[in-house]
Amino acid sequence: MSEKNNVLEEGMRLKVGLAEMLKGGVIMDVVTAEHAKIAQDAGAVAVMALERVPADIRRQGGVARMSDPGLIEEIMKCVSIPVMAKCRIGHFAEAQILQEMGVDFIDESEVLTPADASHHVDKKAFRTPFVCGATNLGEALRRIGEGAALIRTKGEAGTGDIIEAVRHLREIKREMALVSRLSDMELMSEAKRLQAPFELVSLVQKHGRLPVPMFTAGGVATPADASLLMQLGAEAVFVGSGIFKSEDPAKRAQAIVKATTYFDKPEELLAVSKGLGEPMSGTSVQELQDEQKLAGRGW
Amino acid sequence: MKIGILSLQGAVEPQSGRISALGATPVRVRTREELFGCAGLILPGGESTTMIKLLLEYGLWDSLREYSLSRSVWGICAGAILMAERVENPSQDCLGIFPAVVRRNAYGRQNESFIGRVSLLIPGQEPVDDEAVFIRAPAFVSLGDQVEVLASFKDNPVAASCERHLITSYHPELSGSDFLHRHFLSLCQSTSSSRHVAAD
Repeated sequence: MSEKNNVLEEGMRLKVGLAEMLKGGVIMDVVTAEHAKIAQDAGAVAVMALERVPADIRRQGGVARMSDPGLIEEIMKCVSIPVMAKCRIGHFAEAQILQEMGVDFIDESEVLTPADASHHVDKKAFRTPFVCGATNLGEALRRIGEGAALIRTKGEAGTGDIIEAVRHLREIKREMALVSRLSDMELMSEAKRLQAPFELVSLVQKHGRLPVPMFTAGGVATPADASLLMQLGAEAVFVGSGIFKSEDPAKRAQAIVKATTYFDKPEELLAVSKGLGEPMSGTSVQELQDEQKLAGRGW
Repeated sequence: MKIGILSLQGAVEPQSGRISALGATPVRVRTREELFGCAGLILPGGESTTMIKLLLEYGLWDSLREYSLSRSVWGICAGAILMAERVENPSQDCLGIFPAVVRRNAYGRQNESFIGRVSLLIPGQEPVDDEAVFIRAPAFVSLGDQVEVLASFKDNPVAASCERHLITSYHPELSGSDFLHRHFLSLCQSTSSSRHVAAD
């Protein structure tokens, strides 16, 4: 009997259940039905339907909003795998529209321009599961407290630079290891320090992990990047601009899928890393000003 | 007894927990060698299109068919889709190791996922009330004559066995009971002993 299931009510169990099914897989950003087919044929476990990949959002600037529902519907029609779509942080009306359309997962995403300067969506009010980004344990637990069924470490979307994904994943793992060593007496002040719900901090102390799956995102451009994050403890990988901003998307997509499955087998990683063409060119995170970073969005 | 869990992608971890709790050894299977070291194999929930792709690319497709001729395989949700003789919605490759026609996403998308109650009848035992977690679940639209239905939901079969194999459209690894995991281990045990008798 899995104790993790015991603590979740029925609706949450169904939401986390779908996240469990996506583990060990790759979720790919797609902007057209044609991209979605390429992603599914390459072995993606789900696609994220959006109007512009993060690299283009970053380059073009302006306000980034939920995609046109018509575009998302077109993508839903042409693939059999789950389809996710993004709403702005705090924009519950966009989320209501996405739920009404029947997308399988809603990403309340820092890649879009936030709609609320201090509140995230009350995700418990929805039947559709939510994934949210996090850069540290407190942020992850606040999102879970609001009802997120899946956490993805944020990384720095649209850069093709893996450094922030590594930083966020390591940070959350480090903090969880610390919490799991605390005595019961120390938990309340730790919850205060993390600014996270006490009950969730207590679950992390007991199990040494988040009460929902933890995937990773932001800057994945190569099969080796996917392997690195899986070896650091991510349970699945989101790839945004890394596939369709590269020279040969189909080939790179397949290679990243294989690298995620065989993440700990260097001989397979070597085989899939050869001859993939040019990766996305990318932007070094070091060159970005703080206000250009997306990971700081959300509270 | 070693029980394999196909680990290309999907809900592998909850299976490992169940197998260990029942005193068997879970083995993550990603290669032919790992596969043939196991007394039985679970094809877990996940995305069937992803698993098909990787099974074919890594030469495991034929290995699985060969393996199923002499050992027990249990397909759960996506795993049951893999084992089918024919798949609908859409039509796709399948291993053909269980006489069933399976329809993908038969209940709809994630918003239509649900938890129901079923009466589970394991051969030689009293029926038990069991929780069934359906996630973007498939339906078994037709089953071969030799198939035994173990549980139905609203008159549709959701758990079935045929000889040494088992399929379920719901996720026993996500609920509290372990009836089907116990049953699968006993199938593996008896298949394994009859194989050894045959070898002698």
